[in-house]
Amino acid sequence: MAEIILTPKSQPQVPIEADTITPDAIAGKSIDEIKNIELWFGNKKALLSDFFDVDGESSENASEIKIIFDGDVYNTKRIGQGMTTGEIVVKGNASMYAGAEMKGGKITVEGDAGPWAGRDMEGGELTIMGNAGDYIGSAYRGDWRGMSGGLLTVYGDVGNEIAEFMLGGKMVIKGNVNIMPGVHMNGGTLIIEGNVKARTGGEMKGGTIVVKGVIGEFLPGFEFLGVEKDVDIEGEVIEGNFFKFKGDLATKGAGGIIYAATAGNGHIAP
Amino acid sequence: MEKIIKNGMVYDPLNNIDGDKMDICIRDGQVVDSVSDKAEVIDASGKIVMAGGVDPHTHIAGAKVNVGRMYRPEDSKKDVETNFGGRRAGSGFSVPSTFMTGYRYAQMGYTTAMEAAMPPLLARHTHEEFHDMPIIDHAAFPLFGNNWFVMKYIKEGNLDKCAAYAAWLLRVTKGYAIKIVNPAGTEAWAWGGNVHGINDPVPYFDVTGAEIIKGLAEVNEMLGLPHAIHLHCNDLGHPGNYETTIASFDVPKDITPTPKYGNRDKILYATHVQFHCYGGTNWRDFVSEAPKVADYVNKNDHIVIDVGQVTLDETTTMTADGPMEYDLHSLNGLKWANCDVEMETGSGVVPFIYAARAPVPAAQWGVGMELFLHTKDASKVCLTTDSPNAGPFTRYPRVIAWLMSNQYRMNMIENELHKWAQTKTTVATLDREYSLYEIAQVTRATAAKVLGLSDTKGHLGAGADADIAVYDFNPETQDQSAEYMAIEKAFGNASYVLKDGEIVVVDGAMTNPDIYGRTYWINTHGKPEAEEAVKADVDKWFKQYYSVNLENYPVQDEYIPKSVPLIEE
Repeated sequence: MAEIILTPKSQPQVPIEADTITPDAIAGKSIDEIKNIELWFGNKKALLSDFFDVDGESSENASEIKIIFDGDVYNTKRIGQGMTTGEIVVKGNASMYAGAEMKGGKITVEGDAGPWAGRDMEGGELTIMGNAGDYIGSAYRGDWRGMSGGLLTVYGDVGNEIAEFMLGGKMVIKGNVNIMPGVHMNGGTLIIEGNVKARTGGEMKGGTIVVKGVIGEFLPGFEFLGVEKDVDIEGEVIEGNFFKFKGDLATKGAGGIIYAATAGNGHIAP
Repeated sequence: MEKIIKNGMVYDPLNNIDGDKMDICIRDGQVVDSVSDKAEVIDASGKIVMAGGVDPHTHIAGAKVNVGRMYRPEDSKKDVETNFGGRRAGSGFSVPSTFMTGYRYAQMGYTTAMEAAMPPLLARHTHEEFHDMPIIDHAAFPLFGNNWFVMKYIKEGNLDKCAAYAAWLLRVTKGYAIKIVNPAGTEAWAWGGNVHGINDPVPYFDVTGAEIIKGLAEVNEMLGLPHAIHLHCNDLGHPGNYETTIASFDVPKDITPTPKYGNRDKILYATHVQFHCYGGTNWRDFVSEAPKVADYVNKNDHIVIDVGQVTLDETTTMTADGPMEYDLHSLNGLKWANCDVEMETGSGVVPFIYAARAPVPAAQWGVGMELFLHTKDASKVCLTTDSPNAGPFTRYPRVIAWLMSNQYRMNMIENELHKWAQTKTTVATLDREYSLYEIAQVTRATAAKVLGLSDTKGHLGAGADADIAVYDFNPETQDQSAEYMAIEKAFGNASYVLKDGEIVVVDGAMTNPDIYGRTYWINTHGKPEAEEAVKADVDKWFKQYYSVNLENYPVQDEYIPKSVPLIEE
């Protein structure tokens, strides 16, 4: 792997838009050319070297490039947006839209990520070691077509309306989730290992949601189908006993499935 | 300030000029016969010269357009314009923001565009959007077809009052033409229903679509308006609707055109006819009846149509045909906005994806092409996409290329479209190719004439506004059938565009974004005694039913910086 190390000088108060910093974009570029990559900074254009020291070496082949943000980039948005191959590591926090529209490759955020991480993701792997904000793996505002492929994993807690309009791919949340995960979901798999505050799968039409923790408040539009042990979700067996529901019958032709662990969820059993 | 466009091949159907190499002289914003040798020279050697494009039917300003912008952020991100070079930033693929609308039209060589549906109550908003729309001259057509006053006066058989009301409404809203959408149907929608032909009566008022069309066509000639009545027929988009369409076309047939302004010789302008040419009883046994509708147009001289060509894009449908939009939303399950505009009209907005591989959109594409190719006389047809309903206006260059190249069409039919384009329509059997002369007719001359603006628009004779487009396609060296991508590129990125004699576009890029167009509107009155009686009705109904005061209703002159009132008495 050819490593390009970007050391943040300081994060400006106005966010940096870093969608031009991907392995696809820097393949075949010299260090000087990389320093001169343009990026938006508020309503102005700036150079990558205005905000980052650049070190390491590039490669002709994007799939062999690993970009390391060596420090906290809490005010840098769109890290890895639209990338198709290669790898990006953030050794700190990232701002909004990390891995948005990602098609392939791998992104690891070692700290927290802002809202909209993995928005409209189509492929690849996005891993967030800390917490993440609202709308993880969701559709762009107004759209009815959200995340359609890839694997999105968050080790910490996340916010509201994650996996909104999800169509495909897999999302795993190890921590707790606020309200409305999988709202309008139409496909794919959402696995929540922690607790959900309320309204899991509101208006979902397809796809599968597994909640291993406690669902605080459950929606009335779900039909109870029975109890299942060790459920098989697209080849992966998740151990334990689960209440199985179909819904959300508040929408026409709904066929989404929610598995909720029997342990702790006695209050939502029929 | 003088300019001369030298050596271009000029296509000017209103003056019977078909590709002649000639110079176009310009002085003080107008085309003139000659200029001095100090004139600035624009070299158009090997290029096409046409008058600025005239779009007779588009949706670019007003309430439902703005709803489309607001509720489709996912459309905004598909086309983004940044603010360098003095231009305003903007966004939107199918519903661009106001500034971008002006830029995009100008880049294609269009200099006039008509907002074809203005809810009268929201006229101020419409004019505010025009105010922020660079380059293009414009006008708005207030909606009359489901208006309570209109229906009441037609029911009473009092056309003098109907005409006086129409004149008052055009005056106070700064409107231009009589627009009729799904006559009687949109009012029926306020009661939860629709009408299914021109002989169904509307609830309460008990008048039919046919009576509304006939009455308003007579009113149009009583007032001598420059444009024909602008009709969106009943039953849009439904299999079997072609009979209603032809019956509607026939309603005003025997009326004589008497415009007080312009050179219009037609009574009826029927819009987005592609959506009104369907046979069968449902989408399974559906078949195109475009040849029958085109045959009617060929045999009758009182009508001009526009096509509403489907462009096979993801777009936003928006129309004052509220019940149709509800049907569409039920069909595709996508989001739906609905708007009631008090006693005047209603509307709906729904996103739509015309996928080439899906049967119905492929057939609709074929139906539109059939209308173009079966209509023999290009002075009876206008090129539109009913933007953004069947596709955004930015696809006009593509539609032009489809019309000019049978090879392009066959390539689409054989490789990209669902087989319904071949089995449900006759498009694959048609090898007619439009000439550049005919393209100039369907994009400029026909529209200018039927709008009543052909004194100054749609041609390049002396006295015309110096709105001129120069396109980089050379019919002497390039083959229109084979080099269809060159046609599409040329008409999408004009070499030069002049607005009132000022250069605004060079090589497809805006160079002068700070020029603003005229607003055409109708300043006329009905008979004095009828006006008095109408005024009493308007006062009473405003107090009784409207949410605004009458004093808040008229569009003041301040909203119209370049005001061009027509028929001042």
